[in-house]
Amino acid sequence: MNGFDEERIGRLLRLLPPAPEGWVRAAQELPAARAALDELVTRAEQDAAFRLQLQADLERAVAAAGYEPSPFIVSRLRQLLEAV
Amino acid sequence: MAVEQTDAQLVSRCRAGDPGAWNEFVERFSRYVYAICSRGFRLAQHDAEDVFQEVFARAYERLSELRSDDAVRPWLAQLTRRLCIDRLRLNARDTPSETDPDEGEVDDVLATLDEAMSVRAALDSVGDPCRDILDRFFCQDESYRTIGESLEIPSGTIASRISRCLEKVRVELDGREQGSGPS
Repeated sequence: MNGFDEERIGRLLRLLPPAPEGWVRAAQELPAARAALDELVTRAEQDAAFRLQLQADLERAVAAAGYEPSPFIVSRLRQLLEAV
Repeated sequence: MAVEQTDAQLVSRCRAGDPGAWNEFVERFSRYVYAICSRGFRLAQHDAEDVFQEVFARAYERLSELRSDDAVRPWLAQLTRRLCIDRLRLNARDTPSETDPDEGEVDDVLATLDEAMSVRAALDSVGDPCRDILDRFFCQDESYRTIGESLEIPSGTIASRISRCLEKVRVELDGREQGSGPS
């Protein structure tokens, strides 16, 4: 990779606009979402009524349990419930 | 000059559970993943968002499986590519499309994006205010006037500042090519 002139540098910089802020924030919140997911899974394993609520309406059950039903939590929980 | 942290150092901090390291990881690679989705595979915005989130979710879960911390960028590129292809195939089952990019085209775009990431790393090394000015002008399409107002500098000087900053980035890139590394 050589021969960078100013025009080429500008052209290459244009190829990397920022991702939408909300997407970046959601990705940065993954560690917290992961911790919430672990707690929800533990509760679902121990509490049959909660498990039924999740199966009936996953997003509502997650919200009712006090967690943000983020796409990450919802998709991972759905995968886990399908696997059970 | 800003102190630059290598990809490997950043990955190592993420693995060690360093608070803030994951935020930096997402910050560093979000443009790259976004560009692969939107430029490489031309995904619609809602599909690109799904793939974007899935890439970082898998990266977070599987970072410990990475064989070489230095290889995080190609690893992310491969992961993003695979998920984009899965998404295009899923969409094609519902609505067949003849405009999906072919493999060779995607390879070319990814190679160019890798160059762009190298320029971005050089820009990070140069640091602010150049990073801010060049990012606003080239990446966020801000006008001289908007940049001037945001940074409280005369808009008539923006063009010359951009030129001087580009020269700094070029010198930084030349230094890297000659093996002197980031300064």
